[in-house]
Amino acid sequence: MSLLHTAAELAQEAATYTAAEAKANAGASSAGYAYGLAAIGPGIGIGYLVGQAVTAMARQPESAGMVRTTMFLGIAFTEALALIGFVVFILLKFV
Amino acid sequence: MGSAFVTRLEGPAPEAQVARDMIRRALPAAPVLVGICAAMWSLEGAISSAYAIAIVLANFALSAAMLAYTARVSLALLMGAALFGFLLRLGLIFLAVLLVKDASWMHLGALGATLVVTHLGLLFWELRYVSLSLAHPGLKPSPKRNRSFQPAPKESVAP
Repeated sequence: MSLLHTAAELAQEAATYTAAEAKANAGASSAGYAYGLAAIGPGIGIGYLVGQAVTAMARQPESAGMVRTTMFLGIAFTEALALIGFVVFILLKFV
Repeated sequence: MGSAFVTRLEGPAPEAQVARDMIRRALPAAPVLVGICAAMWSLEGAISSAYAIAIVLANFALSAAMLAYTARVSLALLMGAALFGFLLRLGLIFLAVLLVKDASWMHLGALGATLVVTHLGLLFWELRYVSLSLAHPGLKPSPKRNRSFQPAPKESVAP
């Protein structure tokens, strides 16, 4: 009896679930995926970049200044990808 | 790789020098970008654009400060700061936008466009001034800075 009652409640909820709500939910989840996926690539890139830079600095400390500058610029360039993902997120979610 | 945990980098930090130079070059260019956004999106666009420029400059400054500070401790900490700093700074940017997204002066289109354009534009512009050599690991030496190091003119010797 209670199972039937629950099924009836679910059917009633589904009937009140409008197209606008479905669109809003899809937009929110797409925005979340866009931001999350856009942060994965730069994360891997920065990890690889910094790992190689630290190896280079540990092996050859006299060139550390040059490597640090390259690393800083590399991190900033890689981070631009995450920023683009963030901009897509705010445009999908809030506009 | 054991040395990465104990190796520390003393001396001046080139990333701080580069970040300072980027901020110095961004300040005169910022009114132009704000003006363009004002023309496209009126006053809301101008304020949002200025806010985005401030976010980008603070992001560069924080990144350079974290790298410069941790490099003096150890290379391993530098690596940790670079990786977790990326997450931290993304979170801070998200928070900075989230706090003002419903403000009356906010135009999200202008904010997003300015974020990307300023970040990439400053980086590409700065590449012109980066030296990347062993003698000058950060910026290229400018003639003004080197004036005090110029050798004295040779004295003429009488035959």
